[in-house]
Amino acid sequence: MPDIVLYAAEVTLNGLMAGVLYALVALGFVLIFKASGIFNYAQGVLALFAALTLVGIQKGQVPFAHLINAMTGNHYTNFPWEVPAIVAILLAAAVMVVLAIIIEKVVLKHLVNQAPIILFMATIGMAYFLEGFGDVMWGSDIKTLDVGLPQGINDTIDTVTFNMFGYGFFIDNLDIVAAIVAVLLVSALTVFSQYSKQGRALRAVADDHQAALSVGISLRFIWILVWSIAGFVALVAGIMWGSKSGVQFSLSLIALKALPVLMLGGFTSIPGAIVGGLIIGVGEKLFELLIGAPFLGGATENWFAYVLALVFLVFRPQGLFGEKIIERV
Amino acid sequence: MFYREAGDFKTSYREDSQTFPIKFDRLRYYAVLAVAFGIVPLFINDYWANAVAVPFLIYAIAAIGLNILVGYAGQVSLGTGGFMAVGAYAVYKLMTAFPDINIFFHVIIAGFITAAVGVIFGLPSLRIKGFYLAVATLAAQFFLVWLFNKVPWFYNYSASGQINAPERTVFGVFVTGAQTSAMAKYMFCLVVLTLVALVARNLTRGTVGRKWMAIRDMDIAAEIIGVNPLTTKLSAFAVSSFFIGIAGALFFAVYLGAAEVGEAFGIQKSFLILFMVIIGGLGSIFGSFAGAAFLVLLPVFLKNVLVGTLGWPTDLAAHIELMIVGGLIVAFLIAEPHGLAQLWRVAKEKLRLWPFPH
Repeated sequence: MPDIVLYAAEVTLNGLMAGVLYALVALGFVLIFKASGIFNYAQGVLALFAALTLVGIQKGQVPFAHLINAMTGNHYTNFPWEVPAIVAILLAAAVMVVLAIIIEKVVLKHLVNQAPIILFMATIGMAYFLEGFGDVMWGSDIKTLDVGLPQGINDTIDTVTFNMFGYGFFIDNLDIVAAIVAVLLVSALTVFSQYSKQGRALRAVADDHQAALSVGISLRFIWILVWSIAGFVALVAGIMWGSKSGVQFSLSLIALKALPVLMLGGFTSIPGAIVGGLIIGVGEKLFELLIGAPFLGGATENWFAYVLALVFLVFRPQGLFGEKIIERV
Repeated sequence: MFYREAGDFKTSYREDSQTFPIKFDRLRYYAVLAVAFGIVPLFINDYWANAVAVPFLIYAIAAIGLNILVGYAGQVSLGTGGFMAVGAYAVYKLMTAFPDINIFFHVIIAGFITAAVGVIFGLPSLRIKGFYLAVATLAAQFFLVWLFNKVPWFYNYSASGQINAPERTVFGVFVTGAQTSAMAKYMFCLVVLTLVALVARNLTRGTVGRKWMAIRDMDIAAEIIGVNPLTTKLSAFAVSSFFIGIAGALFFAVYLGAAEVGEAFGIQKSFLILFMVIIGGLGSIFGSFAGAAFLVLLPVFLKNVLVGTLGWPTDLAAHIELMIVGGLIVAFLIAEPHGLAQLWRVAKEKLRLWPFPH
């Protein structure tokens, strides 16, 4: 088989894995957008904050150490303990729930009935605040996150493909784990929203706010719930991306990667987020391999997803799986 | 007592439809112009020009441009940084290709080039709306920054990939390059800003501005009463990009002198200018000034307080600054979604009745 086909096949597989990670972030956006009509720009920073909190708890860092030291002249850095990964994950999840409650009480409650664009701007404000807050709380140095996930090349795939084609595919174990986790997460979310009482309430709110209110569903509770779930999804995404490339500011930029995924899949569709993520993951890797690197000087991954989504939207403005947009005067 | 129409008789349509119909307002406007042109240049020094005055003037131009698109025409754009980069690279290419032409015209032509690019990236706005459009404008941001990074023609094949502003003069005075005095920088930007504000103010209260606002309030309804969405939306993109391009050209040529596209015109710049527009007030020219002043002064102020007075490390101060800016934006949106301009309007209403409010 010609080399380029093999490369393309390997890149496609890696693109699928990357697409799963994009979809994980996009999922958080979709959940919040469906339930409250808020386009949550802060989702990426939520992932960063979750990952920072996880590392901080795990390593036993003193929160706000930098600030306290600056004010009092001490030199605190770490508590004399380390927390097991699983406990740290649970604690970080708890922090995300608390954060969801605070966001609802302090911000969203006061912005009910405002125009969507105002709410969107408010989430950009929140993103800035959380970014600064995360850095003040845990420090801004690059941290490594290790919760015991397998990393490095998957030897089985390497050997099998080498025997078949004479060329071993490089696929990271972490990506495989991420794909499995994403599938589990989506299944769990589907089961939750189909069969549990809260899940049904959540779907009712997503369908029609007023009708949901009139049958006695508490909007505010649902909002806290949905932001908590989004926080949890952000934690999962933060763990995956953090294990892959370290916990640092650039982690919050994955939100920017998830936006074209959303446009492609539609803001209101969970399957759309997954399919959109896969299309963009594969598309941008293949484009870079076949056209970007040889002809355009490389680094096309920065914009390819956006341009693809843009061209796509001109023909189908609601995305692949979005609800049809009906406008009335 | 102030802002009172009583006794201020208009005897012609011209007087009735002038920009500032209330006499006090008009006098205040002339006073501000007199101070800006006559008094500030006498006292300005390098620190004030580089830290406060020049960035304020340039960001005010960009904020007016973005406000036309977001505040008046209702098309949210996150591509401001990319369009500023177009202005910067256009002025750079013009300056190096036609060194004999005055830089003032280069800046204006750079504005027109940016307007053309803006129209191209505005085309999708005819099909997609709201958040989809906001995200689509990010395509412009990332694509343009990548383009200026990767195509060497744009930076004249320089080894560093940077662009450097050559020295240029207006009336024999340096306005770009290392020899430029603080006063020249300030005056050049001030003249451009005054022209931009004048054009913007008059566009927004005329036919074009009313069409923009009709599209903003509800595009389908506007279309039914005879506003052409194609020309209206694209004209908003063109005018907005024109101003933003001018701001980008000045930002590079006069303020920075040398620029690297990802650093100077990255996505952070887009958000910064969007925040200026929101904090200042959507759909208000005065608000663009207020927002630009606020977000230029705030970091200077915070830096002086946190680093200068309290002696905290600069990285910690930078993070706290992020928190304060983010917190303020949320607080503003909760307390006053219409921004500083609305506070100003309320103050004017109060002053109008003062000291007898009943």
